Amino acid sequence: MSFLRDALLVAGKDLRIERRSRVALQQIVPFGGVVVLLFAFALDSDRTLLHQAAPGLFWAAVLLAVVLAVGRSFAIEEANRARDGLRLSGLDGGSIFLGKAAAVAVELFLLEVIVGAAVVVLYDVSVRGVVVLLCAAVAATVGLAATGTVYGVLAGGLRARETLVPLLVLPAVTPVMLGATRSFQAALDGVPGDAWPWVQLLAAFAVLAVAAGTVAFGPLLEEA
Amino acid sequence: MLGRFPALAGANLEVETGEVVLLSGPNGAGKTTLLRLCAGLLALRAGEAEVLGVNLAVEPRRVRRAVALVGHETFCYDDLTVAENIRFVARSTGRRAADADDALERVGLQRVAHTAHGRLSQGQRRRLSLANALVRKPRLLLLDEPHAGLDEHGRAVLADIVRSTPAEGGTVILASHELDLARRLATREVRIVAGQVHAATAAAPTAAPVVAEVEARA
Repeated sequence: MSFLRDALLVAGKDLRIERRSRVALQQIVPFGGVVVLLFAFALDSDRTLLHQAAPGLFWAAVLLAVVLAVGRSFAIEEANRARDGLRLSGLDGGSIFLGKAAAVAVELFLLEVIVGAAVVVLYDVSVRGVVVLLCAAVAATVGLAATGTVYGVLAGGLRARETLVPLLVLPAVTPVMLGATRSFQAALDGVPGDAWPWVQLLAAFAVLAVAAGTVAFGPLLEEA
Repeated sequence: MLGRFPALAGANLEVETGEVVLLSGPNGAGKTTLLRLCAGLLALRAGEAEVLGVNLAVEPRRVRRAVALVGHETFCYDDLTVAENIRFVARSTGRRAADADDALERVGLQRVAHTAHGRLSQGQRRRLSLANALVRKPRLLLLDEPHAGLDEHGRAVLADIVRSTPAEGGTVILASHELDLARRLATREVRIVAGQVHAATAAAPTAAPVVAEVEARA
């Protein structure tokens, strides 16, 4: 229980900082909005193509959000050497990982709701297969947040952190992007049965990423 | 080792319970490195370090839970208030919110408890660092240039904390360039030059248990 309590403590701290500073949301939401809006204008004459592209555009916006949210999550630990404070606290590395990944996941969920609403309105998408869409979104978001957090701590102590995070994270989350896009496509096309295998892949990736992160985060925090 | 350069080559130091040890020496001598080593934030490449009876190489987390370090930085979050920062320290080290409030009162920061850390003055930040250290109720208090940025009242608070720590069963190691002030607090001075420890004032032999024992080899 203390492990989960410590994770909640770290997640609460990160979310409180984000709520107060709004740095990540002020960077992420405008970008997501612009991407959705620009493609709506560019492909307006071809509604079929717009429908087909909607899942990919949605997850592309989320992908950028991952990079920004993870970068921000570790930037706050570098200021005033707060990372050393975390290490001195004696908190278990696994609980710090879970807390930081949970905070990133919550931020991503919020963005997905906002960008998802914009996609529905601007692209005239009728939402079908709500259950499979939700399952895919949850599994993909957990996988993205966990993977991003592992690579975030790896690059956290380096001066080239902002360049390194996208270089490390983007290739690692390619399977998630693929699975999330395909499952959303299948669900929106009205064939949720085709989406479930992708959701299973996303869930497996999320479980692996969380397990690996829980084990690896402590040593990475020490070495970075 | 810092990078490829040995920061504490041949350093050998033993500190007993209840001592207030002053580390003096020129810039870059290795004082901060020694304090960070005792806090469990750095690992020895060669040699041995035992703090509070625990081998640092084997159980650094156990050491970290029992020590407190007031360093050049506050280890705090700019967007959290003073109260939120110290309560985070309290909860993450298994202390109560009331302990955090007591520590804030002791360093005289209750008035700015709801001010963001990023808006604090240098002296207020230093006091918050002291409060963060106090709330941990450390058995070994490590202070790196603790007088920097403190006004007269802040220095009096610091002196009170340093003097009361041995009475409460703790030990203090402080590094300072403000030697007049620091010597008034210390029971022993240890001079560090180029990573080598030179005992300027010998410790009186006592039966007190050893708190920290560091032997760094090149």
